[in-house]
Amino acid sequence: MDNIKSAVKEEMEEKLNFNCETGNYHTFCPISCVAWLYQKIQDSFFLVIGTKTCGYFLQNALGVMIFAEPRYAMAELEEGDISAQLSDFEELKRLCLQIKRDRNPSVIFWIGTCTTEIIKMDLEGIAPKLEAEIKLPIVVARANGLDYAFTQGEDTVLAALAQRSNQIAITAKDDVGAKVFNQSLSSDHPPLILFGSIPDSVVNQLVFELNKQGVSVSGWLPSKRYSELPIINEGNFVCGVNPYLSRTATTLMRRKKCKLIGAPFPIGPDGTRAWIEKICKVLNIEPQGLDERENEIWKNLQDYINLIENKSVFFMGDNLLEISLARFLIKAGMVVFEIGIPYMDKRYQGAELQLLQQTCKEKKIPIPIIIEKPDNYNQVDRIREIRPDLVITGMAHANPLEARGINTKWSVEFTFAQIHGFTNAIEVLELVTRPLRRNQNLEKLGSQHYTDLR
Amino acid sequence: MKLAYWMYAGPAHIGTLRIASSFKNVHAIMHAPLGDDYFNVMRSMLERKRDFTAVTASVVDRHVLARGSQEKVVNNINRKDKEERPDLVILTPTCTSSILQEDLQNFVNRASIETNADVLLADVNHYRVNEMQAADRTLEQIIQFYLNKAQKNNQLKTSKTLKPSVNIIGSFNLAFHNQHDIAELKRLMSDLKITINSIIPEGASVQELKDLPQAWFNLVPYREVGLLSAQYLQKEFNMPFVDITPMGVVETANCIRQIQYILQSNSLNVNFESYIDIQTRFVSQSAWFSRSIDCQNLTGKKAVVFGDSTHSAAMTKILTKEMGINVIWAGTYCKYDRAWFEREVGDLCNEIVITDDHNLIGDLIAKVEPAVIFGTQMERHVAKRLNIPCGVISAPVHIQNFPLSYRPFFGYEGANQIADLIYNSFTLGMEDHLLEIFGGHDTKEVLSIGLSYDSEITWNIESQAELQKIPGFVRGKIKRNTEKFAQQKNLNLITLEVMYAAKEAA
Repeated sequence: MDNIKSAVKEEMEEKLNFNCETGNYHTFCPISCVAWLYQKIQDSFFLVIGTKTCGYFLQNALGVMIFAEPRYAMAELEEGDISAQLSDFEELKRLCLQIKRDRNPSVIFWIGTCTTEIIKMDLEGIAPKLEAEIKLPIVVARANGLDYAFTQGEDTVLAALAQRSNQIAITAKDDVGAKVFNQSLSSDHPPLILFGSIPDSVVNQLVFELNKQGVSVSGWLPSKRYSELPIINEGNFVCGVNPYLSRTATTLMRRKKCKLIGAPFPIGPDGTRAWIEKICKVLNIEPQGLDERENEIWKNLQDYINLIENKSVFFMGDNLLEISLARFLIKAGMVVFEIGIPYMDKRYQGAELQLLQQTCKEKKIPIPIIIEKPDNYNQVDRIREIRPDLVITGMAHANPLEARGINTKWSVEFTFAQIHGFTNAIEVLELVTRPLRRNQNLEKLGSQHYTDLR
Repeated sequence: MKLAYWMYAGPAHIGTLRIASSFKNVHAIMHAPLGDDYFNVMRSMLERKRDFTAVTASVVDRHVLARGSQEKVVNNINRKDKEERPDLVILTPTCTSSILQEDLQNFVNRASIETNADVLLADVNHYRVNEMQAADRTLEQIIQFYLNKAQKNNQLKTSKTLKPSVNIIGSFNLAFHNQHDIAELKRLMSDLKITINSIIPEGASVQELKDLPQAWFNLVPYREVGLLSAQYLQKEFNMPFVDITPMGVVETANCIRQIQYILQSNSLNVNFESYIDIQTRFVSQSAWFSRSIDCQNLTGKKAVVFGDSTHSAAMTKILTKEMGINVIWAGTYCKYDRAWFEREVGDLCNEIVITDDHNLIGDLIAKVEPAVIFGTQMERHVAKRLNIPCGVISAPVHIQNFPLSYRPFFGYEGANQIADLIYNSFTLGMEDHLLEIFGGHDTKEVLSIGLSYDSEITWNIESQAELQKIPGFVRGKIKRNTEKFAQQKNLNLITLEVMYAAKEAA
């Protein structure tokens, strides 16, 4: 972060146009992070301490996952809990013992919600006591809708995990995931730890890309198992793979005294290349063959690029991937009208913003306006006016927009799909072009308008 | 605290929102944190609605926590009033806002001074009532409000229509096969020469509520939503109501007879018996089907039933009285409706189960090993695990229970649909069973020679593990593509790197 000079920042702010609206937008509640985190951290159990509202959201948003005996559950607060007639400690102890007995996890994550915030349930205070009593680590993350949006839930969990990193006895690393790291070259650069939850295969892919450059990866936060959390020491380098991890980055810098490599995120071939280059640069390594690697990927994407070239896109904003995706799509030839985003950390995303700016300049298109905390109602008005070729939006707006003849792509899919690295650039364009390809097939169906309402 | 990851009925505000968004030109404003507007997603996805859901949030964030909502809620109500010009704005508290204990009624009073719209605060307690109870109460509240308003303005018409007429109370969104049920009821009423005065709330305007008392009677087909309203209308305007769910031929007949009784008490000389007879014997196929030899094989087969009280009770009656099936236990998650449920089906099954704990229901199913289950989506998944056929008869449901084709559960066509559902569940179960006895459709071992069979290519441990992670239905294709790629590159060991390179080249 230190290497983003304030002068650069000022220049950036001049050219990038930031705006802030009312914050009246649709997004997923941050507790949804349990959906992918319980799958990522295989020996974990996630306990969401909240009300029926939280439970109803998870049950409906996660769909069929619910039926697969997931390693998460609600601790549903009842009236007695709210009015403090019941002891929080005793209640949580009862539930956690049940979880320990039935599921035997290596760690229980407590996900605090709006309700635990409002009634000021002291989760951070209770956890260490209970942990000692039931002999099971308890990690507390406050992923609530009062403070955060959607993917930021992961940020709160990883920030809490980062603080835990060196307290765990290292167990045998006997599985494939661990091997990937062991294979890393014995390096002459200081340890590098990457953070951000992505599927194991994507972890492997990114590690390989770095290995090719002689960069070795000492660990990843989160690891496949809680018991394999990386050792993070003072002076280690850390680098994020997702744009929504500002708290984790801050925690690693301030609490763990790590050095953050501020790079664009490895989304799209351009982003991946810039990400690797930045890491190499910081570690004093001359990157090799990245040019060919990137060009080769672009060449493979050509069929998709033909479909989207000069088409316009509008991000309503709900998952914080928006800047990186917009930058990639601009590079791929699209025109971006508006980038809505729930929260914009200009420091953590500094390098990404710079790359966006540079990409626009190179493509000779105006820099899109970045709207923080957007107002969906106003956005729909703007969409009506400018009629973009594609709107990337949540499910609440997708069908109504389609009925008005506007192509949409459901934004949540970008969160669950594999989109990182050179290998997966194609997945992003696969998603982006799907509505366009579908509509080519439906041309004979007649009018695109299915409602008379405004 | 309660450990759970599945619930049958949603939180109270969902009920309020379902009623509010069913009315035309009514806007609901939730006093809720970011992310609580998931209702909009459900309405847009499950019902595939073409219009924007008229629900917005007045977001409760850290600032609201520190200083209270202050002007925020009032401003949001005023804003929606200007933007959408609704007839009514309903301020909807959520579980979060109800513990903040802000004086929402005061916001409503203040906002309504400036708005053209009427403004109401939904009167529901989040920790005491569930989705259905809240929906029932909100509907009553809105009706009450508009009838009082009409009375005050001397616009209330209490004189009855010339011809017999009915209000159907209970059409609302996100309900199980509701749209089709209501269409079937309309057809039934037209057969009985009863005009429809009003169907509420789906698609209705709040302005027409003042005309409700002009109907001769009210029809409340679902127990969960509408009963409070019907009771209120009975008390205030002396309007009789019919609350017999017309599901299955026997109960449809009972419902029609109850309507006949009401019309007769209004000194109208009607007799629907021959209509019932002809419909039962010739128009509907289900009564004849029950007699047919096919159905004989179902006699005494074991079934369990679970769902909301309306559908679970009606299904139990159909299975026992119309099909001769043995219902081992019937249950409902509408715990507050226990007395009614016990009265309705107490004699028709061996045991009654009243619970909202899906684990208990799963255990009970496993214990009795029925030949078939009729339940909600949750029971469908239990059934899958236990390899028992299952028919879905009640919410909570998935998108496949919002079918495009005509699938009522009510009236004579509904009876046909239900007969199909029951019969198909059973035959599939029997087929499965027979296949197992005779060792499956095809006992020949499937031999497959993959590309790798005669090639020198080997997969290392990591790449094998990676291949195993790929879903079964595409694994073969990925394997072939990777090996083809390796051949082209003259590689004979497939590593993770080769796999990823193959993917990029594909």
